[in-house]
Amino acid sequence: MMLNIGNKQQRVDGPQKVSGSATYSADITSQFYHAYVLQSSIACGSITALDTSAAEAFEGVKGIFTHKNLPERLKNRVDYTDPLSPPGKPFRPFYNNKILYNGQPIALVVAETFEQARYASSLIKVTYKEEEFKGSLYENLKNASADRTPDPASNRGDFKKAFKNSEYTITQEYRQSRNYHNPMEPHATSVEYKDDGSIVVYDKIQGVGSSLKYLNGVFGLGADKVQVKSDFVGGAFGSGLRPQYQLFMATLAALELKRNVQMVMTRAQMFSFGYRPEVIHTMKLGCSKDGTLQALSHRTVGETSTFEDFNETIVDWSGLLYKCEHVNLEYELTPVQSYTPLDMRAPGGVSGVYALECAIDELAHEAGIDPLEFRRKNYVDYDQNEDKPFTSKELMACYDRCEELFGWKNKKTSSENEPHLLTGFGMATGSWEALQQPASVSLTMDENGMFTIKCATADIGTGTYTVMSQIAADKLGVPIEKIEFKLGDTAYPDSPIEGGSWTVSSVGSAVAGVCKKFQYRIADVWKRNNPDYQQVDFDAILFQDGNLEYDAKTFSFAEIMQQASKEELSIAHNEAKIEGQTTHSGYAHCCVMVEVTVDQDLGIIKVPRIVNVSAAGKIINPKTAENQLLGAMIWGLGMALREEGMVDSKYGRIMNANFAEYHIAVNADVHNIHAEFVEEKDDKVNPLGAKGVGELGIVGLASAISNAIYDATGKRLRKLPMLLDDILEV
Amino acid sequence: MKTNHVHFTLNGESVEVSIEPWTTLLDYLRYNQKLVGTKKGCDHGQCGACTVLIDGNSVNSCLCLLVSLEGKEITTIEGLGTAENLSTAQQIFIDEDAYQCGYCTPGQICSTIAMRNRGEINSEEDLKDWMSGNLCRCAAYKNITKAARRIYEES
Ligand code: FES
Ligand code: FES
Repeated sequence: MMLNIGNKQQRVDGPQKVSGSATYSADITSQFYHAYVLQSSIACGSITALDTSAAEAFEGVKGIFTHKNLPERLKNRVDYTDPLSPPGKPFRPFYNNKILYNGQPIALVVAETFEQARYASSLIKVTYKEEEFKGSLYENLKNASADRTPDPASNRGDFKKAFKNSEYTITQEYRQSRNYHNPMEPHATSVEYKDDGSIVVYDKIQGVGSSLKYLNGVFGLGADKVQVKSDFVGGAFGSGLRPQYQLFMATLAALELKRNVQMVMTRAQMFSFGYRPEVIHTMKLGCSKDGTLQALSHRTVGETSTFEDFNETIVDWSGLLYKCEHVNLEYELTPVQSYTPLDMRAPGGVSGVYALECAIDELAHEAGIDPLEFRRKNYVDYDQNEDKPFTSKELMACYDRCEELFGWKNKKTSSENEPHLLTGFGMATGSWEALQQPASVSLTMDENGMFTIKCATADIGTGTYTVMSQIAADKLGVPIEKIEFKLGDTAYPDSPIEGGSWTVSSVGSAVAGVCKKFQYRIADVWKRNNPDYQQVDFDAILFQDGNLEYDAKTFSFAEIMQQASKEELSIAHNEAKIEGQTTHSGYAHCCVMVEVTVDQDLGIIKVPRIVNVSAAGKIINPKTAENQLLGAMIWGLGMALREEGMVDSKYGRIMNANFAEYHIAVNADVHNIHAEFVEEKDDKVNPLGAKGVGELGIVGLASAISNAIYDATGKRLRKLPMLLDDILEV
Repeated sequence: MKTNHVHFTLNGESVEVSIEPWTTLLDYLRYNQKLVGTKKGCDHGQCGACTVLIDGNSVNSCLCLLVSLEGKEITTIEGLGTAENLSTAQQIFIDEDAYQCGYCTPGQICSTIAMRNRGEINSEEDLKDWMSGNLCRCAAYKNITKAARRIYEES
């Protein structure tokens, strides 16, 4: 029998996706009223007058909601948090007339058509009283404080002394601009209102459980009155980790008007909630004459909103990646007049490692040591922050393989014959956590031997449908065609949110667990109905091709069911966290190398070649894993050279809230790009030995590009994104 | 509201409607026809998610007013093949894993078909340039390029 785990299985939901029949949250075709949100045009102050009369009178308008008519029951003793709310007070739409950020929803117009709602919103007259504010991190650096951040990993050794005694040192500042998730599918919620007052909510979310928790907290409908579904999610990258305001809006309108209501954000509105925060890093590194890293200090200041303390794990990465005895880590936040930031692909890690990997490159050059050799020299095989061994770490194998694939030793430009181009090469290390969360699944087999496995998890493009089917097929011993994996429904067993690259390890381990239970159960049924086999040892039984095999005899599952006159067999399973996580640290690692060309005359930066070699435990599906890794690498390219959410500090407004001006990588930006995995055996990280790969590929990439630009031009651009004006200016 | 009369072919069927002149092809497909395979990613001609074929050429349906399509032949992703009966191009997208979340995919597929219809792709650069009107935030570009090349050469 062919093994499914490790096989390049095509996506099981492929036919729906390529035929346009995959239904995303805005694709529900019931008859809906459409909702459109009017947003604040100031960042700080209050609304002094709001006149909705002209909008109300406009054709097709069915209702308008503002702070003036928000139902009282939504104001008192109401819980607006969701499972990932940071410390602070969550935003409460229409709670009062206060304005906390530019783009804040101030009115919701519901009409028969989207165009009517949108036009009517333009008829609302708003008068504000403005107040002074600080719109950007830079203007507000003085207020940075560590009071409201969790403590980073403890300092160790004596940084000051070790830095002073170092032969080579660097002290540098690195800046990152704000980035917005911008999945291609705008956030959307479709609410179907039923006659009994219950609602079915189709939400764009990375875990339906989060939407349900939020709706119950805010609207208090009771478990039997709300069902949240999300069959397909058109990308999220973190934007769906918290319910966004369209969920509140569509639900409010549906409940008040007792009608189906749909709200789909515009692209501009996709810039009106969370984002990867702007941060500034200060790095001080020192090494001995032979290149031994002996002192490291990493201080980061990040932005948050005035009402929630959004924090990330940024500086800890610097205490983790290389062997170093004297380490100082500091992390501070400063509030700006903006919505709260939000976890975005490899949150914290991608930021911390960006600064670290640029600084390491600078120090290696100071010491006159090849950057790859420098990293090998300072390799570490245990977690110094937590003083624990790793569950596995094959980073050295990644270095070796990447060096070979890229040809690091004899680096050759791929664009000869073009004298105006400067070529450079750069590299970096990347890493991401390998965590497992508790997850529950249920399994049912029908009389024909068809399996349905359910879990309230999500597939945001990562391949959950496919990978879970593969795991189930192998762990049950049945062909993959006999498995239907269902997700995205609060009627299914609880799942952690899809994030943190932990879905395969968490849900996958639960799937493996339920399959094992099933095998015991079907063996019991078989034994009970076959007296001759009552004493058979479970381990002597083979499960394959949908059959139970013993002593060269084959019994199909369907047969066993018939014999027992059973129509279906159902099992539930709950995977608790496993031991390994407390005694060991789990991380995936990678090495990335890039070639960059810089046009001497025009400053244009291109990346003709990227190679990433990763160690991420057992790879369940090399096809989807490679795709995810490549996608994350291209995100790294976009972060390095393209993406910049520009804040107008006078108005606190995002100036480039559209795809024409907020640039993400396009097809023509991507040239020769390669990703592969090295073998990594891990029997501790989780029962599958698998580590997630959705985030790993972005970590380190921007540094590799920055380092390559230096190699090409001799210029250090210590900021992201790195633009052609930076090349021409320095 | 004043409406205009227009008649065209949609996925092989002749259609006649009276409609407000400001209705875009995209909104007409999604709201009126419930053909939701064509996606809205920006509504501003900046992302390509709404790409459909008009007389075999790729068009951003969000930038196209329905009343301007008198006599035209419109094909959407639903007109190319169904999940049970996929067209060659759709099957190639599956084989090459040329997607992740699938949201940009209907538009990507329509663009590859328009590229094939038009010809004149002489290099990898040409192909990438052609396909750069379709953003993919999942960044499945490497596989999209592979699929597009196969569709151009094989179908
Ligand atoms: S929706 Fe038409 S180009 Fe984006
Ligand atoms: S597959 Fe997700 S946007 Fe292209």
